[in-house]
Amino acid sequence: MTLADLAQVIAKVVVILVVPPFLLGVIARTKARMAGRVGPPLLQPYHDLRKLFAKDSVLSSTTTWVFLAGPAVALVGALVAAALVPVGDGRALWAFDGDFIALAYVLGLSRFFTMAAALDTGSSFEGMGAAREATFACLAEPAFILGLLAIARATGTLSLSSFLGPALAHQWSVAGASLVLVAAGLLLVLLAENSRIPVDDPGTHLELTMIHEVMVLDHGGPLLGVILYGAATKLFVFAALLVRIVIPLDHPAWLVWAAFLAGLVAVAIAIGVIESTMARLRLPHVPALLLSGCLFCALAIVLLVR
Amino acid sequence: MIGCLIAVAVLLASAALALLAGRHGRAPTVIAAVGTAIAAGVALPGAIDALTGAAPVELVVTWAPPIDQLRFGLDPLSAFFVIPLAVLGVICGIYGAFYLDDQRARRWLAAPACFYNVLVAAMLLVLLARDAIGLLVGWEVMTFASYFLVVFDHAQLEVRQAGWVYLVASHLGLACMLCSFLLLGGHGLGFGDMRSHPPGGATAVVAGVLGLVGFGVKAGIVPVHVWLPEAHAAAPSHVSALMSGIMIKLGLYGILRTITFVGPALPWGPVLLGLGVTGALVGIALALYQRDLKRALAYSSVENIGIILIGLGVGLWGAENDHPAVAALGMCGGLFHIWSHVIMKGLMFLGAGSLLHGAGTRDLEQLGGLARRMPRTSALLVLGGVAIAALPPLAGFAGEWLIYLGLAHGGTEAAPGSGLLLLFAVAAMATVGVMAVLCFVRLIGIGLLGQPRSGAAARAHESGGGLLGPIAVLAAAVIAMPFVWPLLLGALEPVIEQVTLARPDTAIVRQTLAPIAILGGVLWVGVGIAMVAIRRLVRRRRAAETWGCGYLAPTARMQYSGASFAEGIHRLLPRLLRARITARPSADLFPSPGQLSADRQDPFTRAAYEPLLDRGARRFGQLRWVQQGLLHVYILYIVLAVVVVVAIVSLRDYWVLP
Repeated sequence: MTLADLAQVIAKVVVILVVPPFLLGVIARTKARMAGRVGPPLLQPYHDLRKLFAKDSVLSSTTTWVFLAGPAVALVGALVAAALVPVGDGRALWAFDGDFIALAYVLGLSRFFTMAAALDTGSSFEGMGAAREATFACLAEPAFILGLLAIARATGTLSLSSFLGPALAHQWSVAGASLVLVAAGLLLVLLAENSRIPVDDPGTHLELTMIHEVMVLDHGGPLLGVILYGAATKLFVFAALLVRIVIPLDHPAWLVWAAFLAGLVAVAIAIGVIESTMARLRLPHVPALLLSGCLFCALAIVLLVR
Repeated sequence: MIGCLIAVAVLLASAALALLAGRHGRAPTVIAAVGTAIAAGVALPGAIDALTGAAPVELVVTWAPPIDQLRFGLDPLSAFFVIPLAVLGVICGIYGAFYLDDQRARRWLAAPACFYNVLVAAMLLVLLARDAIGLLVGWEVMTFASYFLVVFDHAQLEVRQAGWVYLVASHLGLACMLCSFLLLGGHGLGFGDMRSHPPGGATAVVAGVLGLVGFGVKAGIVPVHVWLPEAHAAAPSHVSALMSGIMIKLGLYGILRTITFVGPALPWGPVLLGLGVTGALVGIALALYQRDLKRALAYSSVENIGIILIGLGVGLWGAENDHPAVAALGMCGGLFHIWSHVIMKGLMFLGAGSLLHGAGTRDLEQLGGLARRMPRTSALLVLGGVAIAALPPLAGFAGEWLIYLGLAHGGTEAAPGSGLLLLFAVAAMATVGVMAVLCFVRLIGIGLLGQPRSGAAARAHESGGGLLGPIAVLAAAVIAMPFVWPLLLGALEPVIEQVTLARPDTAIVRQTLAPIAILGGVLWVGVGIAMVAIRRLVRRRRAAETWGCGYLAPTARMQYSGASFAEGIHRLLPRLLRARITARPSADLFPSPGQLSADRQDPFTRAAYEPLLDRGARRFGQLRWVQQGLLHVYILYIVLAVVVVVAIVSLRDYWVLP
């Protein structure tokens, strides 16, 4: 490993650890501007995290070790997932054949423990959130896998770092329509997996209408901080995938890095715009939205398999 | 080989001893458990030898007709199933001795102890048989021994019904197997004869389909799986574990054998792939909304058999279409998933037995709050749930991982038509995976966590070491398996060679498994560090009630129930697969009590088998006079049947030969 490689690795680790909360700040600022407000500073999420980590905890007397395992596994899963997505110069920290399936399963492990922690409290609200999360995940997951499989089929490789690279850039010229469908499908998955409008409203104040927020209702203080940080990392993972699909640049390195970071900010702004211009869908309508995500990706595969 | 036959003898002898050991006391169960342990000790070395390259041996016993020749032998394919049978047999045997202990005062325990050992012996015999006669005899003994174990609690009506369904289904399957062997055995009923003289054309197709259906009944392939949830829920837990762990896998063993006899007359790859996708999707969809913990686990077995079939199917597809990498990945994935499902399902059923022991019910809506009252059982079940939802870093994921990679390699490299099918099979696997997460979060979250949902659950007590020890052994295996699999690949090569007739190239499998072992290590270390860190972070804490969103007097009944947790996904299922819900809401001006009931009977039984069999039963009622219930009449039937057969054979000779 040369010194330049080492610098790349360190830069990627720093980006993975530092950037995610910033995306939340960008979303909040975008929403505020769209609503005509000044909005909180871009770095507000970091201050929130610092505040939460300094707090004492109140733990429900019903809970067990599973309640603590929820945030822990969620964060570890999100960080491992972040190590598997191409970051910066287009190569992940760790790449192997089939890594996109491993990524889905690592996030699945996080989801398992987040939902189990919610049920551990014995609260009906948290059970409700967990049930909704599980139901919608059943529809988002096939879309995610189908979308990435479409790209894998198009480029003939099975690792994120290789199929979100120059081979994909070529595919944009020969199979652009399919890739637009994949990008649209994965954007829907991003919104669903990260509890964003129109699937879920992170800013709502009525527990009955929430999904992710109500699942972590009993986690407060440092535990909530860990959850927020994990959720931001998960958003980063999906945003990074989307950026690499739309901008599969390969060289020069500085341009790839710049495009990647700019792309992340653009995705965050896009989320902010979507959240400002749309209302949350009624819960019975969400499955239809996610199914259309699945169908976009399935259609893309059919178009690509010629 | 000789070791395995001695094991059969030991098992039968200990079964007989258990019967003689007296009506009361621990003696029968202890003798049976010791018998399984000795048998496993004698059988394992030979099986491991056979898997690691010892030449297959065959023992021929010649006897008077109609037996003629009985052949026994041990080749890699048999040995692959003998090993988990021996291991799970002894673990469940020891567990069973403690599990039934509290019934000692009321019941005669010699019978279940005896039948347990007979069941293990019969399964060994099925695997050792080298001709159709031996296999069918072993199969029948296996069916009856397991039937008597299933109906252990025969005082309950639903247990008797479950046993009846099991018996009928097994014998319909047996009839199919018998016909299949008759079609295949034109040149002799030995496996060698059948293998060297495969029938051609339509005979081969019919024999293959009959074998698939016959063995598929035992394996729990959709749509002939209907006995499985009933019998597994009714049986004592250590028997459920043995049946779900290994007995249904013998159905897969039979299918693999049939494949070697029938050969390429049937496109086995796509057939198994299609059955696998159907089985996995239907199995997990039905597991989602079960109220009975053990029924849900049984449906999860249907799902896992489907996943194994997907693996074997894509492997055979690769072998048929000259994709050696796909063949190796698919076959290794399928075979590994067989072993890991043995361990995981054993763990889950034994854990469920411990819950049943402590809380006295397997109704999900009556459990809850057990993570505090039965912490060890609960921790083991959480581990098992993560494993069987096929999440990393545990055993379930590694097998599925190989299957995924087999499908993905095939899907990205194959011609458009089959490529598309394989890619959609990946999506189906992903859907099954995420539904399995939902299913097991529900079982664990509703069953173990939260507040106790009934008085029985509130009074639950932790099980003793006799129950927890065997579960802990399986849990250790679930943790260790992903790390030791790369070392076991060599043992799979001869098994795969026997089925696909080509030595697989396991280098790619080794290469594919490496990142998963590393990922497992990273996750274990990461989660370990995170748990320590989180415990430090919440050092300054106080306890309070769960936040009720302002409501100050929450009760345990206000918790989300198992039914409500599954409701969202239940609405999305196809109508055929849903439970039948009848609701009578209160409609009066002054509300009277409303009613809601859900019928969670297997939809295939409800929609197809029950109407069909009811109609058949009315017709067959007219033949009631045939069944006289007198022994000598049945002997007369046998004599008549033999006379007719001899007449046909001799007349045929008379006509055919001039």
